[in-house]
Amino acid sequence: MAVIDLPQWLALAPALILAATALVLFLFDSINPHSTNRTVLSGTTVIGALASLAVAVWYAAAGVGATGIENYGVIDIMDGQFVVDQLALFFMIVVAIVTALVAVASHDYLQDHTYQAEYYSLLVLAATGMSMMAVSNSLVTVFIALELTSLPSYALVAILKDNRGSVEAGLKYFLIGALSSAIFVYGVSLVYGATGSLQLEAIAANLDAAGEMGGLLGLGILMLIGGVAFKTASVPFHFWAPEAYEGAPAPISAFLSSASKAAGFVLAFRVFTTAFPLEATTAVIGVDWTWAFVILAIVTMTLGNFAAATQENVKRMLAYSSIGHAGYVLIGLAALSTSSGDLVMGAAMIHLLVYGFMNTGAFLFVGLAEYWGVGRTFEDYNGLATQAPVACAAMAVFMFSLAGIPPFGGFGSKYLLFSHTIEAATENTALLAAAAALVINSTLSLYYYSRLVKALWIEEPLLERDTLAKPTGLYAAIVAAAVVTAVILAAFGPIADVATEAAATVVG
Amino acid sequence: MMIEALIAVALIGALVTFVAPNRIAGKLAFAISLVPAALSLWLFGAFDGSGNALRGGELAFESQAAWLEIGDYSISWFVGLDGISLPLVVLTTILCTLAIVSSWTPIDERQSQFYGLILFIEAMLIGVFSALDFFLWFVFWEAVLIPMYLLIGIWGGPRRKYAAIKFFVYTNVASLVMFGSFVALVFGLGDVTSFALPEVATAMLEGGPDGLFGLSGTTLASVVFIGLFLGFAVKVPIVPFHTWLPDAHVEAPTPASILLAGVLLKMGTYALLRFNFTMFPDQVEAYAVPIAAIAVISVIYGAMLALAQTDLKRIVAYSSVSSMGYVILGLVAYTQFGVGGATFQMISHGLISGLMFMAVGVIYNATHTRMVTDMSGLADRMPIAVGVLIAGAFGYMGLPLMSGFAAEYFIFFGSFGSELLSYSALFTSLAMFGIVIVAGYLLFALQRTVFGPYRLETDYEVGRAPVHDVASLLVLLGLVVLLGVAPDLIFDMITDAIDPIVQGGDL
Repeated sequence: MAVIDLPQWLALAPALILAATALVLFLFDSINPHSTNRTVLSGTTVIGALASLAVAVWYAAAGVGATGIENYGVIDIMDGQFVVDQLALFFMIVVAIVTALVAVASHDYLQDHTYQAEYYSLLVLAATGMSMMAVSNSLVTVFIALELTSLPSYALVAILKDNRGSVEAGLKYFLIGALSSAIFVYGVSLVYGATGSLQLEAIAANLDAAGEMGGLLGLGILMLIGGVAFKTASVPFHFWAPEAYEGAPAPISAFLSSASKAAGFVLAFRVFTTAFPLEATTAVIGVDWTWAFVILAIVTMTLGNFAAATQENVKRMLAYSSIGHAGYVLIGLAALSTSSGDLVMGAAMIHLLVYGFMNTGAFLFVGLAEYWGVGRTFEDYNGLATQAPVACAAMAVFMFSLAGIPPFGGFGSKYLLFSHTIEAATENTALLAAAAALVINSTLSLYYYSRLVKALWIEEPLLERDTLAKPTGLYAAIVAAAVVTAVILAAFGPIADVATEAAATVVG
Repeated sequence: MMIEALIAVALIGALVTFVAPNRIAGKLAFAISLVPAALSLWLFGAFDGSGNALRGGELAFESQAAWLEIGDYSISWFVGLDGISLPLVVLTTILCTLAIVSSWTPIDERQSQFYGLILFIEAMLIGVFSALDFFLWFVFWEAVLIPMYLLIGIWGGPRRKYAAIKFFVYTNVASLVMFGSFVALVFGLGDVTSFALPEVATAMLEGGPDGLFGLSGTTLASVVFIGLFLGFAVKVPIVPFHTWLPDAHVEAPTPASILLAGVLLKMGTYALLRFNFTMFPDQVEAYAVPIAAIAVISVIYGAMLALAQTDLKRIVAYSSVSSMGYVILGLVAYTQFGVGGATFQMISHGLISGLMFMAVGVIYNATHTRMVTDMSGLADRMPIAVGVLIAGAFGYMGLPLMSGFAAEYFIFFGSFGSELLSYSALFTSLAMFGIVIVAGYLLFALQRTVFGPYRLETDYEVGRAPVHDVASLLVLLGLVVLLGVAPDLIFDMITDAIDPIVQGGDL
């Protein structure tokens, strides 16, 4: 037990630190509106993100939100509007890591850019929203956090104001985002209509009351799934992702495809396990909602993979691969109907953590290529390894890890996901199809990932290139992400324990 | 902690070499690789294990540490050596050092990356041969693919991109089949709580799997046996899964060929021995005849294919298919001399094929051609290198007092008297006929390339091979002769580890 009793709201510190960082950046911007002091701005962001990371790790290690006698128990804030448990802390850690990596890389990427302070403050605000998504425990707070994430993200995608692609991507992202927000909030209203509550535990408690309004509730749940699908770039709201990721500045693509996706998933994990416990919900709406996720998982991973295989543009390939990975993670929700649901969800969480490193790193490498100005297609990347072997080795690590080749982290998380899904499949045979789809898609994905490795390492360059610069920030972020991707498998023991524990607190 | 030290030295060495300047990378990598080579020789001297690692034997240099829990199964960092794996580890470290030396002449661009990858592959190979937990073992097994893919793809010949991707896809798909099969087996074994190979082996011998997804226990065991066999057959390779091998070998740079033929192929036979032939004695008995038939076909067909080639490297590549056929025959005979001879052949073939590829590489460095038809009378220009090549070829043919003779003698002796394999005499005599073809194509090729008058027309001087190349050739030749004269140096520890397998469950 704690020596000093801290106020409960301090449990939100990882998110609050991010919010404070955003305010500091705003303050800086209002004092010195045209500052291009990249080191101060990016440094502040990095310090904020790292502080948030440190506090979240400290909380997680100290047992905040963990059940058991030695620990502090799950912390409810404002009558259960927010909840800090191990699940929340796990995702706060993921968000903070990605934010830090992106901020470090942005230092060089934003060279000669006009809106420096705005960029960083929007970035941190979006990160705050994502952090809040992890702790939101009521459909109202969920929606607010969702919007707090989305609004800065739209602006960030379009921040290259003079770049047509960036603006177009921002608009598309905004339109589809607005649509899915509307659908989500409509779903919230239907759920409220059926159960009379917005707080997640209260919804679960009032499910019986829905009674005849089972159909309404079912529709509401379906719409919530739509909102989640948008945030995680899953089918059927995935089509914004290739456009937005391609048009956005590469660090923002990295941020959205890693952190924003993870935040979307924590929201889904919490809402669907807490508010709609499977048996009670099935009794009311007559359908087992995990089926929706079984289908979405298989369709999303297959579609993402096949689309990725046909791309010529590296960033688009990564965008579709990001859709494919959302499909893998969706298995975490699909397996909730079985007794090993917590294990599968834990594996999905680990995949998101590893993905936070390997995918962020991959997009940051694209950022590095944009910084060099080498072009966008696979051919443009030909032979880069002769000029920048370290960065290209890091990229090879990301690609092999994304494809699930040992000894990299992606292999470990996919393996955990696969083996737990097989275990779960003994109770629900449909999951066997999901596990098979995971393996087949993973194998096929090697085609387009290795194509990039081949371009970097094996092909000869099409044109003579000048010497490539070695920007410190981008290099540091890429190498850090690569090192973690390469060695994280060794630390899988404790990570798997934490993730499974965290999943168990909500799966129950 | 000795095995960890071996792996760590190679791995850290790989990183250091990768960022070192090209100019010194070759010498630096050589210096670094001497450490694992010396360490592994020390391990060989200090070896105190006995019995088979999977059958309750006393492991040498064992270390185990909990790694992670997957549901009800625990995975650990579990390494150790027995009489089967130790010689393979020594073979790996020695061949890697020699491969590095043989790269000094031909590799003239991106050296630091090249040598970094060789050291990386060395670390992974040591891991493959020492890991005793399936998960850990699979990590090393798959990780070998990446550096080899890049070695072939970047420094290979004209069709290197095709060869590299073919190698990668073939072996990766095979690995997945094998991986899926083994995981299914572990799930099917009710009372297993970890992926440690000894535990799985014990459970297999004490009743086998309970069944999974509606398959009965015995059916599951058979399906897994076939799945694993297919997975490893590609790696070995066994006809008809051998087609990636000639492409990979021909396109690969010589040092990569040395490692590919010398060590990577042994991964397949080692895995067959460790998994199929240790854990599934009933299935071995049931499928003995078809496996022996495949082995004999590999021997004869591989040799016939070699006979038809005009590219020296292709000849040596196809002869590997043939030699690996002997290994399979020895394994399926399931006698002390059969399985022991097969293991001995792994080492022997590793040395001899390494020697042959190295010699072909040395000749290519000087003449810039590998076509038998282009060359003639090379003995005149490069007497020592050619002398070693001829000696190696005789080792291949099984000349007494060379390791090839001992290996083939053990295998034939073991398979002829096999009780488990029906028609064993027929299979053995058919396989013996393979030696005749081997002698045929090797002598035929040598006669045309190295003897006769010198008539290669080049605008460059074809002179003697560099001293470092000749030195590494002589080291290999020395080892081949040493094992031929005194096979007991390793055969004792091999049979010690083999006996528990071939004598059934009771020790």
